[in-house]
Amino acid sequence: MGKYYDKLMQDYRLKEGLNACINCGTCTAICPAAEFYKYNPKNIVNIVQSKDEEAIEELLKSDAIWYCGECMSCVTRCPRKNAPGLVVMSLRRLSIETGLFTESEKGRQQYALAKVLTGNILDHGYCVHPATFKYESHPEYGTVGKWIEDNIDDVYERVGAVYNQDATGALRKIPKESMDDLHRIFEVTGANDLLDHIYTASKKKADEMGLTEEEYFHQVFNITGPEHLNNY
Amino acid sequence: MIYEGKKRIWSDYQKEIPDDHWFFARSCIRQNFNPGAENTMLDIVRNKLGKDFYETKYHTTCGGIAYHSDVIPQETAMTIIARHFALMTEAGYKNMVVSCVTSFGLYSEILETWKEFPELKAKIQQNLWDACRKEFDTPEYLAHSSDIMYKYRYPMSEQAKYPLTNVHTGKPIRVVEHIGCHYAKMFPSKGVGGAEYPYVLSGLAEAFGGEIVDYPERRHCCGFGFRQYLVKANRGYSLSNTYKKFESMEPYKPDVIITNCPGCNYFLDRWQYVLSETNGKVYGENGYGIPVLSSEELAALVMGYDPWTIGLQMHQVAVEPLLDKMGIKYDPAKKYEGANGKQLPKPQAPTLLKCY
Ligand code: SF4
Ligand code: SF4
Repeated sequence: MGKYYDKLMQDYRLKEGLNACINCGTCTAICPAAEFYKYNPKNIVNIVQSKDEEAIEELLKSDAIWYCGECMSCVTRCPRKNAPGLVVMSLRRLSIETGLFTESEKGRQQYALAKVLTGNILDHGYCVHPATFKYESHPEYGTVGKWIEDNIDDVYERVGAVYNQDATGALRKIPKESMDDLHRIFEVTGANDLLDHIYTASKKKADEMGLTEEEYFHQVFNITGPEHLNNY
Repeated sequence: MIYEGKKRIWSDYQKEIPDDHWFFARSCIRQNFNPGAENTMLDIVRNKLGKDFYETKYHTTCGGIAYHSDVIPQETAMTIIARHFALMTEAGYKNMVVSCVTSFGLYSEILETWKEFPELKAKIQQNLWDACRKEFDTPEYLAHSSDIMYKYRYPMSEQAKYPLTNVHTGKPIRVVEHIGCHYAKMFPSKGVGGAEYPYVLSGLAEAFGGEIVDYPERRHCCGFGFRQYLVKANRGYSLSNTYKKFESMEPYKPDVIITNCPGCNYFLDRWQYVLSETNGKVYGENGYGIPVLSSEELAALVMGYDPWTIGLQMHQVAVEPLLDKMGIKYDPAKKYEGANGKQLPKPQAPTLLKCY
């Protein structure tokens, strides 16, 4: 038994998500990520169940574990009640803890995700919030999205939302005591430690690449190569 | 005998949804993009059906999107959700309804995991006490808001002002549905009809007189994929999956797409705009797209709510072709008004997709 496999087995998602895999490939057949990316959940499950430490380390460094969309379509169909999507989540967690996520282009994107999402939660109490969800970085928000953004108070008020107000209802300002609760939950449950892992390893990688933090964010958020795609 | 067996299997997927007294939890995505849908649901259940739905301002995000983007630990998401259970417990409720499908999937996963690993539940109880000095009971019943619309489909249809009938042809409105993956793919027994034949949206549309139209990629993911959409560099994943669905449903000429997941609703709506701009293709009739409505928005239209009061102007794809087919009276001049009748400038017209 080795360090990676043992560590993975401590994760409840792996305890739940991995029974004996028979390598049938049903998960890959149903998987939307496998259709788009050079991705094969069957192989990932198989590597983990093989307990091959070297192969697991390769996975932790690879783009492969970052291709999954966590739709869980595979869970419904697996004849052995495995959950490849959950196995991938455990691998991602370990890749972050070990710092190996910065070895792959798709893994490095965790820096941008952490900044944006945990920023929204800790600053606003929402996963998505109009203060940071902007047409400029989301042009697919459309001309209507731009219109919402330009007329934000009017548009929300008309449909009964209470944007940024001290009230009950949609998009209210989350009360201070609830925000304090969220901050303490992050501290008590290890979210702050996980974020430290992400930021420290990302900073190291940015230095290695000769990029400032801002440049690094721009790079990981906006730029990707075609080699990930199936038809490349 | 075989029939009895089948009935038993099917009975696993029938939910005994409680009739009243709900603790309501909003969705981050829906509050941003379609807050009118949540408000309208509350108006229907409280004021048209006389039910008790409670909400509190102390509720926060469940953390689901951050959890599925792998930037917060499972324990963190569990403790945030345990805090929501505590808010429900403090308010004296036992039934919880969440407006978001990501939340619904995550709450279900957590409840199932705690059943299997009670030591983990004990740890979360301790976490919540340490962080917030709160204690909780788990809900006796957990529902998604589309379950609520399904549950009340007949009382709502008794109040229907505009049933799902095409007033020009006399035929039923053609409905395709898209169920959010996290509604039942992980835990089929948690969803009405299970994962393979979910009935939660079909049952609603049929109760209103619509015709459900099947299409090959009906169960395919909308492509959100969390990190696959949120990181700009990955967004092609999201777009490609939705594209696959549109190509698949197009030949069946649907009048409307209905959804239960706030995220899917947004993607099926906005990617139509992007596909029109990038591929030069529009999927609906006469230069319009295919309108995309949530179960709550559909119910509200059928019951005669004003389309702009419930916020349908916040969709990019124009809903007017559907309103016209259903014979709904509306004032086009009011579509882009602000609060209190204030006239706002219209959104810019897209290149191809007609918006108004
Ligand atoms: S569907 Fe299940 S058993 Fe088959 S390859 Fe995938 S994980 Fe293994
Ligand atoms: S959860 Fe991941 S591996 Fe499973 S079907 Fe979805 S994208 Fe594929």
